[in-house]
Amino acid sequence: MSKKQKTMLVRILASVVLLVSFDFVPVEGWPRFVLYLIPYLVIGYDILLKALKGIKNRQMFDESFLMAVATVGAIALALYAKTGDYLEAIAVMLFYQIGEWFQSYAVGKSRRNISDLMDIRPDYANVEKNGSLKKVDPDEVGIGSVIVVQPGEKVPIDGIIVEGASSLNTSALTGESLPREAKTGDDIISGCINMTGVLKIQTTKEFGESTVSKILDLVENASSRKSKSEDFISKFARIYTPAVCYAALALAFLPPLVRMLGLGLPADWGTWIYRALTFLVISCPCALVISIPLSFFAGIGGASKAGVLVKGSNYLETLSQTKVAVFDKTGTLTQGVFEVNGIHHNEMEDAKLIEYAALAESASSHPISKSLQKSYGKDIDRSRVTDIQEISGNGVVAKVDGTEVAAGNDKLMDHLGIPYKNCHAVGTIIHMAIDGKYAGHIVISDIVKPHSKEAIRALKKAGVHKIVMLTGDAKKVASQVADALGLDDVYSELLPADKVNKVEDLLRIKPVKAKLAFVGDGINDAPVLRRADIGIAMGAMGSDAAIEAADVVLMDDDPMQISKAINISRKCLRIVYQNIVFAIGIKLICLALGAVGIADMWLAIFADVGVMIIAVLNAIRALFVKNL
Amino acid sequence: MKKTYKIDVDCANCANKMEDAAKHTAGVKDASVNFMLLKMNVEFEEGQNPKDVMQEVRKNCKKVEDDCEVYI
Repeated sequence: MSKKQKTMLVRILASVVLLVSFDFVPVEGWPRFVLYLIPYLVIGYDILLKALKGIKNRQMFDESFLMAVATVGAIALALYAKTGDYLEAIAVMLFYQIGEWFQSYAVGKSRRNISDLMDIRPDYANVEKNGSLKKVDPDEVGIGSVIVVQPGEKVPIDGIIVEGASSLNTSALTGESLPREAKTGDDIISGCINMTGVLKIQTTKEFGESTVSKILDLVENASSRKSKSEDFISKFARIYTPAVCYAALALAFLPPLVRMLGLGLPADWGTWIYRALTFLVISCPCALVISIPLSFFAGIGGASKAGVLVKGSNYLETLSQTKVAVFDKTGTLTQGVFEVNGIHHNEMEDAKLIEYAALAESASSHPISKSLQKSYGKDIDRSRVTDIQEISGNGVVAKVDGTEVAAGNDKLMDHLGIPYKNCHAVGTIIHMAIDGKYAGHIVISDIVKPHSKEAIRALKKAGVHKIVMLTGDAKKVASQVADALGLDDVYSELLPADKVNKVEDLLRIKPVKAKLAFVGDGINDAPVLRRADIGIAMGAMGSDAAIEAADVVLMDDDPMQISKAINISRKCLRIVYQNIVFAIGIKLICLALGAVGIADMWLAIFADVGVMIIAVLNAIRALFVKNL
Repeated sequence: MKKTYKIDVDCANCANKMEDAAKHTAGVKDASVNFMLLKMNVEFEEGQNPKDVMQEVRKNCKKVEDDCEVYI
């Protein structure tokens, strides 16, 4: 609680105590008025002062002015009618202040909540100097310096590990709770928490350019881009308050005049002025004006917690209307790394064949050779390999442990005159011949991510009815992936520029209200990310280009995050609409009831403060995104 | 030129009013107030001195909402 909030709380409690105790004091007439003036001033003096200043600055129609007029009016009526019922006016002021206090408390609380969520800002970096560690401002560390990160500390700056191994907790960045292993030679990004071992890191970026700074910058500025709903509300508030005030003025004077002059009845000023004052109490637009941005703020905060960074309220709004999703293939739906995906027609054990292949290809730096080595999984003992002949474009012939091994494509087998079996699988085929005899083939292909299929299903369930894949890959590979995942449409053999054209075509044929999202890994698809209604970049940890170009950044590269992001945005927008309808609805109903004299000031204060409290509580719900 | 300033204000509607006031201050090209973050982003017109313009912005904000502060 801030100091301001504490004083306010004391004032609220004091006036409640005063009001309750005055109930037992039997005074009438002027002494009673003076007595009740005390709690009124205790609770409302600042509002009255603000109202006066507002009039001086020609800023009528602000909340303080409305409250001041309504309560002073009610007190004046009570004096005029000699009822001595000042309680109503004081209660209006009291509840108004309680509402304000609650609002300021709730907003402050969610502000803190969200900044805790994004508490990834490192405060210092450890630099080794003359054998001892010194804490310095991360801003002062230059590129290429070596910093030390101890267990439990945050990695302050992006870099490469030069010494040490550890597990990293990336949950603040990705929402993923499984720790990540890191060892010497690995790239490391700032914002991770070092869990087990001491790491020495050579920085590759300045602090300001590091991942953690970029993310903080992005999140902190996110709610500056306002959504249509927010614009609507601020426009609405601008018209609504003066409109209700004029309506109140009309209500106070027109009916009595009509009664008096037109119908010859008594004017009944008291009743109509009371109704007009009720109007003024209802007219305050706070519930709307606070709850809508608060919902978006909480939604964006909740999304960041789940590793989904949304760059603005407007993007959250667009994301919720996504009906068409266009995917890039490599690195988005597939892993983008080539792996051994099958071994066919072999007589010897799979592991043995891979061992031969990996050893034979060990001298090559081709990606294929890397995937073979990875699949082999053990260190390569180069001394076992002799007589390596690389036949460019065909493959390798070498002696492994003295045995002749040939590994390569169809052409190599033709060249060696060895009959081979063709493969039905999609990917790169490596035929193996050992001692001049065909020994089967190894299929290497880009593999689909483990969650891709599930992710596509989840997207359909989230209401995305068309899912398209674009790829530069061959048609056969593309259609196989598309079939396996259950996509609606696939366009293959596209150049990067073609992808933009395709997305433009898709944008043209879709209905206006349905939004198109493009999901890419941020590498060379920046133009498409920009062109789509909403660009989603995946696995963006450490990729600046993606963070710049996309509207929504998924820190993890798990495609399940996409449907999660959409669900978060839907929930947030649902809350926004609930609040708009609820707040405007209740206010209009109460205005109508007030005009015909059914609603008194007690109901009016509910329409103002009660609605605001409910709307704020509802808005805070947007923060909880765990089970989406 | 764009700059960000910290502000202090209690109600969301007042923040909207401050935004309006800042926008209509001479020398300000565009302004936006973020109530949730208590920040004001101001884009200045070419050749304006932000310090002087901000004094005016603060004055105008105080006019529409007495109980606010702009930290320059």
